This record gives sequence, C-alpha cells and structure tokens, in this order.
Amino acid sequence: MTKFIETAATFLSYACAILTVTTFVIFVGFLVSHGLTTINLSLFFGDVSPYDALFGNAPVWDGIWPAVVGTALLVFFSCILAVPLGISAGIFLAEYTVSRPIRSIIDFAIDLLAGMPSIIMGLFGFAMVLFLRKTFLPEANTCLLLSSVCIAFLVLPYLIRTTQTALVALPAAVRLTGIGLGFTKWQNILHVLIPLSSRGIMSGVILSIGRAAEDTAVILLTGVVANSGLPGAITDKFEALPFTIYYLAAEYRTPEELNRGFGAALVLLILTGTLFQAANWLHNRISGESR
Amino acid sequence: MATFRQNSFFQGTSETVIKTGLFFATLVAAFVVIVIFGFICYFALPIFHEEQISTVLSWSWKPVQGQFGIIPMAIGSICLGATSMCLAFPVGLGVCCCASGLAPKWFSSLILLVVRLMTSVPTVVYGFVSVFLLVPMVRGAFHHGTGFSWLAASITLSALVLPTVVLLIHTQFEQIDPGIRLTAAALGFKRVSQIVWVLIPASYQALFAAGILGFGRAVGDTIISLMLAGNAPQIPDSLLDSIRTLTAHIALVVSTEAGSSSYNSLFASGIILFGMSAAVNGTLRFIRLGARVSRDFNK
Repeated sequence: MTKFIETAATFLSYACAILTVTTFVIFVGFLVSHGLTTINLSLFFGDVSPYDALFGNAPVWDGIWPAVVGTALLVFFSCILAVPLGISAGIFLAEYTVSRPIRSIIDFAIDLLAGMPSIIMGLFGFAMVLFLRKTFLPEANTCLLLSSVCIAFLVLPYLIRTTQTALVALPAAVRLTGIGLGFTKWQNILHVLIPLSSRGIMSGVILSIGRAAEDTAVILLTGVVANSGLPGAITDKFEALPFTIYYLAAEYRTPEELNRGFGAALVLLILTGTLFQAANWLHNRISGESR
Repeated sequence: MATFRQNSFFQGTSETVIKTGLFFATLVAAFVVIVIFGFICYFALPIFHEEQISTVLSWSWKPVQGQFGIIPMAIGSICLGATSMCLAFPVGLGVCCCASGLAPKWFSSLILLVVRLMTSVPTVVYGFVSVFLLVPMVRGAFHHGTGFSWLAASITLSALVLPTVVLLIHTQFEQIDPGIRLTAAALGFKRVSQIVWVLIPASYQALFAAGILGFGRAVGDTIISLMLAGNAPQIPDSLLDSIRTLTAHIALVVSTEAGSSSYNSLFASGIILFGMSAAVNGTLRFIRLGARVSRDFNK
C-alpha cells in the first residue's frame, strides 16, 4: 500500500508538472503564432504615419497607439501618487516604532488593502463620482485622474511591503555603523540604508508599474472607453491596452480588428513579462547578497 | 560652537518633522482601506431600509421586472472559486513536490521558471487567449451551449491562481526541508517517502494558507469570469452552464448603466466581496499566528 501511494504520488506529481509546462507553452505558442506577425508599425499607428502620430498631428483610429499612451499616462500618474506615499510608509514601518495596538491596526489595514479584489477599488472610484455629483461637483465624471487614484491605491501595498522588506533585510552591522559615526537616525536612513536597499525598493516600483499597466477591472469602472483617442486633459476619458484587449475579444467585427487584439495582447504580455522579470531579478539579487 | 548648537537644534526639529511626515504617510495608507469600506457602506445603506434587503437578497435578477436579487451571483462566485481551486490546488501541490526533489534538478528549475513567468501574465491576456483557444475546445468537446461556461472560466482561473499556490507551498517546503531531509535520509527514507510522509504533513498550515489565499484570489478576479463564464445570472446545473460572479456583476451593472435602481445590488455585491476578502485575510492572519505559536512551542 505504502509503495502504491508513493508510486502514485511520483506519477501524479510529474503529470501535474508536465501539465503546467505544456499548458503554458501552448498558451504562449498560440498567442505568439497569432500575434507575432501583426506586430509592426501599422498595429500601433494604423494608417497614420508614425511621425504625425507621435507629434499629435493626426489622430490614430485604427491602431493601438492611443491605448499605449493611455496606459503610459495611467502608470505615470498613479506612480506619482503612490510611489512617494508607499516608500515613506515603508520606511516608517521598517525603521520607526509606534505603540503595539496602533502598529497591528496599521499592519492589518495594509494587508487588507493588499488582498482587496481590484474591482472593489474600481467600485470605490465609481462611488466617489456618485458622491461628488451629489455634493459639490455636479459635473463630476469618471476620468484619467480617477483611474490613476484608484490604481495608486491598488499598488500602494506592494510599494510599502517591498520597501519595508528591503530595509529590514539589511544586516545590523550596516545599520549601526552610521549611527556609531554620529549620524542622526534620519541621516543614517537617507545616506546609508536607502542607498543600500535601493535595489529592493526599485523592484517594488517596477512591480507596481507592471500591476498598474495590466489591471483591467479598476479602469473598467473608472473612465476607460473604447474609442476616445488621446486624452487632452487629466479629466478626460482615455484608452488603455488591457481594456482594448478585453473590448476586442468581445466586439471585434473584422479579421483586422481581431489581429489587432492578438497584437495588443502580445505587446502587453511582453511589457508585463519584462517588468515582472526585472523586478524578480532585482529582488533575487538583494536576497542573494544578504545571505 | 554657536553654529554647531544651532545645527543640532535644527537637526532635532527636522528629525521630528520627518518622523511625523513618515507617520502621516503610513496613516494615509492605512486609512485608504477604511475610506473604501466607508464609501461602499455609505452607498449600500439604502439596502437596510424598508423592504430593500429582501429585494437584494433574493434568488432572481430581472431588473426590468424590478427583481434585483444577487444570491445567484454570490453562489456563482463561490462555485467558480471552489472549482478553480479543486484544479489549481492538487496541480500546485504536485508541481511543488516535483520541484522539491522528486524531479531532476534541470526539470525542477524549468517548472519554477515557468511558474514565475506565469505570475507576469496579465489576467486580460489569459482571458483573451482562452476566448479563442479554450472556449472553442469546450464547445467542440461537449456540443453544449456556446462554450462560455463555468468550466472554461474555472480552467483559466486555475491557471491564474496556480502561481500563488505553488510559490506559497514551495517557500514553506524550502524552509523546513533542510531540517527534515537529513533526519529522514538517515532513517532510510527515499526522497519520495520523505515528501509524502514527512514534508507534506509537516507543512499542513502552509497548504491550508495556500488554499485560502488561492480561493480569495479566484473569487476576487473580475476579468476572467467576465470574459469566459457567460454571465447568465442563474444557479448553474452543470459545469457547462453559464454563470455570473459578483465581480462580473459589478462590472456589468456599471458598464450597462442600468440606472440607479440597480445600484443597491452593486454596493451589496461590493460589501459581500469586501467581507470575503476580509475573512480570507483574517484567516491567514490566524494561521500565521498559529504557526508562530506552534513553532515557539516546539522550541
């Protein structure tokens, strides 16, 4: 019996591992075989020449350029909001102390935020618009700014925890040298600890960029639309890569549009793949050094 | 000397200012979740008035006839989360066993590389590929409906949560394996016996945590169920039926602008999801606490 269970376990484990690898290879193979040939200039810019598109001389209607720009703006604005806040909070949690009950409440709140389904952030943004309409801003509507705020909330816990982990992982010798030489606490943090943990902090920032670029549920509720072109202001609606993919999967009318969907999906996969692997690499390098 | 004293005075002040600033940032971050909860509760408040609660907590969703029940969606969420985990958990455990020494070195690094690459796939890309690859396969294999079904969504969702399960269990295996390996080897255990009879039983807490966390992820995901599950608000009879989850329901109600009369169900769904995610979080905290206690006890 024991022998049978062990043989079965070995066999099943191999089966699971092979299933996982095969599924992933088929998945990527399918996407690459359909998407690779579509990746060229006209996928991005349609019929408009790249020069005109880049300088805003002509709007792009049949390319994914507006979606790329929309995603870039979304990532940019949400990082402006989230990165300073997240890194500050991470530094505080790693280096300063508060009383135990306050600390555990803060920890619980941040863990809760980290586990929150992204659609809840979107619903929060939607509720905020309803609230503003009722109170002091009757013309409030979903827009790029609102999406950026909600995405910022979404990535905030990643930033806090990676910063915190990177700082806590520093050896005690490093921590005490600066203090021993007469640095104040903040001087030591700013000039010694942060530079030494910069790789870990960077990995958190890159991870957040990836999360902000891939999330669909939040922007779905807070202002993304299918064909708006480039946003003229931060209060405009916008296009984004993940939403374009979602939209084309359901609403494509021509084979060209379907191909554009495959191209956009492959572009997004390459983008997030690069970002996440970069974050991973940075993270592994710090944990390798501290050992 | 005077300048020195002045400097140290300023330094003392700026140290306090910086600490206060950082503390303030931390408080803002912690308050975000409270604000979100507050907003959703505020908008869900009308449900608790009058007979609204029975309207929302009913079995049928027919907005045109004034029936706004979200129970089918709640059941849909739980069904989809459960079936995805039924697939993802055993496969994840098998992958971990393989990666922890059952398989040769090159194969285990290959699996771990694949799992790490899987973490970077956006959900919408999984959804997109499944719409054109998996859904036609399901439709062709069973000749039932459109293929947009509970089954198609479960398979894709299990691919999404697999890395979560694998990485959590694998971390735990790596932590306790060095201590177990030598003892068990000295007792004459083969590698497979070590894993089956020692390593897995010794990390039951991590297995439990991985199950809970994966379930939370699966229930919280919007795009895959929205794209693949068909979104019919019904109690499913079979795996090939179409179902609608709470997350997809929120997205659909907002995007179809069904009017403010259906907003009650929107925020009720929001509260249920918030509650589920809080419950998952609380359970994980509890497990971690239990793990710490038992470790201290063993020392």
